[in-house]
Amino acid sequence: MYKIVKKQELTTNIYLMEVEAKRVAKTCEPGQFVIVRMDSEGERIPLTICDYNREKGTITIVFQTVGAGTKMMAQLEEGEYFHDFVGPLGRPSELVEQPLEEVKSKKILFVAGGVGAAPVYPQVKWLHEHGIAADVIVGSKTKDLLILEKEMESVAGNLYVTTDDGSYGRSGMVTQTIKDLVEEGKKYDLCIAIGPMIMMKFVCLLTKELEIPTVVSLNPIMVDGTGMCGACRVTVGGKVKFACVDGPEFDGHEVNFDEAMRRQQIYKTAEGRAMLALEEGETHHGGCGNCQ
Amino acid sequence: MDVLKRIPVREQDAKERATNFKEVCLGYNKEEAMEEASRCINCKNAQCVKGCPVAIQIPQFIEQVKNGNIEEAYHIISESSALPAVCGRVCPQESQCEGKCIRGFKGDPISIGKLERFVADWARENGIKPTPAAQKNGKKVAVIGSGPAGLTCAGDLAKMGYDVTIFEALHEAGGVLVYGIPEFRLPKSGVVAKEIENVKSLGVHIETNVVVGKSVTIDQLMDEEGFHAVFIGSGAGLPKFMGIPGENSNGVFSANEYLTRSNLMKAFDPDSRTPIMHGKKVAVVGGGNVAMDAARTALRLGAEVHIVYRRSEEELPARVEEVHHAKEEGIIFDLLTNPIEILSDDKGWVTGMKCIRMELGEPDESGRRRPVEVPGSEFVMELDTVIMSLGTSPNPLISSTTKGLDTNKWKCIIADENNGKTTKEGVYAGGDAVTGAATVILAMGAGKAAAKGIDEYLSAK
Repeated sequence: MYKIVKKQELTTNIYLMEVEAKRVAKTCEPGQFVIVRMDSEGERIPLTICDYNREKGTITIVFQTVGAGTKMMAQLEEGEYFHDFVGPLGRPSELVEQPLEEVKSKKILFVAGGVGAAPVYPQVKWLHEHGIAADVIVGSKTKDLLILEKEMESVAGNLYVTTDDGSYGRSGMVTQTIKDLVEEGKKYDLCIAIGPMIMMKFVCLLTKELEIPTVVSLNPIMVDGTGMCGACRVTVGGKVKFACVDGPEFDGHEVNFDEAMRRQQIYKTAEGRAMLALEEGETHHGGCGNCQ
Repeated sequence: MDVLKRIPVREQDAKERATNFKEVCLGYNKEEAMEEASRCINCKNAQCVKGCPVAIQIPQFIEQVKNGNIEEAYHIISESSALPAVCGRVCPQESQCEGKCIRGFKGDPISIGKLERFVADWARENGIKPTPAAQKNGKKVAVIGSGPAGLTCAGDLAKMGYDVTIFEALHEAGGVLVYGIPEFRLPKSGVVAKEIENVKSLGVHIETNVVVGKSVTIDQLMDEEGFHAVFIGSGAGLPKFMGIPGENSNGVFSANEYLTRSNLMKAFDPDSRTPIMHGKKVAVVGGGNVAMDAARTALRLGAEVHIVYRRSEEELPARVEEVHHAKEEGIIFDLLTNPIEILSDDKGWVTGMKCIRMELGEPDESGRRRPVEVPGSEFVMELDTVIMSLGTSPNPLISSTTKGLDTNKWKCIIADENNGKTTKEGVYAGGDAVTGAATVILAMGAGKAAAKGIDEYLSAK
C-alpha cells in the first residue's frame, strides 16, 4: 500500500498527489512513468512522474479526471492509500542520458499542453538544476485550467503562457506561440512537446517545417506497462514500438499520430458506459444507449 | 469395474459452460479417486515418476489415495511439488507422467493428474498445509518473478531454511497462472491464490509492484539489500506479432493483452473497471494452448470464434484435451490457413482478414511438415476482432540491466539445466526465461533444480 502524503486540487478536475513509493523514488528519472491502481478492484492507470523526492521517498503525480477510473481516484484523500504503485517504467528522457555538455550547447523549447505541463515540469527542473535555462510554452484551454505556472516560472528560462480563448497570457494554440517566437528571431535546436495527442501532432507538423528536431511523450492505452502485451504499440518510423518499454518518448517527426489517435479510441464506448454507470449509480439503466 | 478404463471425470456440460467462466472440469470425489487409484499396479521401477519433471513419488501417493489416506498422499506430493492443485489441472500429462504409465499400453493410463488435483483440492478444503522448515539458516535469496518457476524455487529454498523474498512486477503473484490461464481452467481465488498462500506459509515473502531492471537491479539486490543469491524466473512474456499490414488496426490484440484483461483484471466480469473488446466474430491466430485459452474466452464473451492455424490438426501444439474442449464448445477450426493482411474501415476498425490456404510440404528442421502457400487461394474472412497468439519470447529487461549475465540469440538467459547456474556468480535462472515459452511443469522442474543449485552454492560458501 502506498500512502498519499499530499493532495491538492490544482484547478477544476486536475489533481496533484504526492505518494510514498520508496523504490520508485530511489531510481526514477525525468521522462519515466508509473502505473497506479487505487484499490483491489481498480484498473491499471499509467501516469507520468511529475516530481520526486529521493530523501522523502515520494513521487508526485498529476492527473485530470477524464474517465471513470481517474474520477474515482480523485476521491482519494490525504492519508489514504493507493493499492498499487509500480515503477519507474519506460525509458528516462534522452536529455538525462546524453552528455551534459551536449545538452548545454542546445537551445531547448518545451511545449506543454493542458495537463502535459505536469510531465514537462520535472524535465525543465532537472535542466535548471544543471544550469540550463530552457524556454517553455504552456498552453491551456482557458485561464481556469492552467496549472503549475509558478513552479514552471521558477525553473524555466522564459515562460510563455497561452490560452485558447485568450482569457490569460497570449491568445491561441501553442503552435501560434511557436511560430511567433521563431518569427521574433528565436532559434531552437530541440523541441520537447507533451500534451494531448492532437496537440503533439500539430506541434510536430509545424516543427518539421521549421526544421526543429522534436521529441514527444506518447500516452497510448496501456495495461501492464512492462512490455508483455503490446496494447500501447505505436508506429514510429514505419516500425512497431511498444511505448511502455521503447518510449514513452519518441522522435515526433517519425510518429504515426493518426494511427495512435485512432488506437486511443478502442475502449471509448466501454469507458463512457462505465463513467455513466458511475455517475448515475443505481439509476443507470441504459442511458448510454449501449446496454443490452 | 473394467480395469482397462479410467474412471471418467465429471465436467460441466459443453453448452452450459460455453456461457460461463466456471471451471470446466469438476474433478473426482473421494470414492471416484479411490476407485481410480486402485487401478494403479504400483510398479517397482515406476516409469510415471520419470515422466514427471519434478519426480513426484506417484505410486506412493496413489497407494495412499487407494487406502483413503488423503492427508498422507498430500504430504508425499508436497515433498516434490509446491503447486499440486495447479499442476493436476494444467500439466500436459499425456506427454509426461501418464504418457509413461504401463497401464496405457493396453487401455487407459491412470488419471495421475486428476488424482493429484483431487488430493490437493481435498487438502485445501480440509485446511492441510505444507510443513515449514524447522530452522532458518540466516541466508537471504531473492527470487525474481512469481510464476511457477519462482514459486517452486522459493518454496523449496524456504523448506531448506533460507529467507526468501519474491519480487513480482505485476500487482498480483502467480505469473501466467493469474494473467494467462483462464478461470475456467484454473480458478483464481479458489485455487491459485490458496496455493500461493501455501508457499507464503512456508515463510516466503512476496513483494509485488517491483520491476527488476527498473525499480531495482540484480546488482543492487546483491550489493545493497544483502541477498546472497538470486533466482531469475521472469518468464517469456514478450508477445510476437506477424508483421503483416493492418496489424495495428483497432480490434487486433495480442493474446497476452486479451487474456491479461480477462484473467488478471477480471474484465470478463461486467462489473470490472477494466474494459475488454466484446467481439461478434473473432479470429484467433495460432494453435497453441494460449490460442485455445483466448478462443474459449472470446466465446464466453459472446463471439463466434475461429482458430486460424497454418498447419493441420495433427500439428496443433495445444493439448489434445484443450482442442477437444474447444471443439465441444463450438470453436471453429480453420486449419491450413494463414493471414496475410488485416483489413479495416476508414476509422481504423477491423473488418476482416485476408488469408491464404496452405498445404503441407516437406518436413522442416523441427520435423514437422512445412506449410506452403497454395497460389491463388486468397480469401477474406469477415471479422471484428483478431487475437494474435503466435508465441512469446523473454523480456530483455533483466538481461540488459545485469552485468555479466549472458543470453543466447533468442534473448534467453544461458543457464545450466541441472542446477540453473548462469554466467554470473550467485545468479541462477530457470523456466521460460531460459527455455523460451514452455510448460508450467517444466518451469517448476527448473525452479526445483535451481533451488538445489543455490543450496549447494551457498552451503559451500
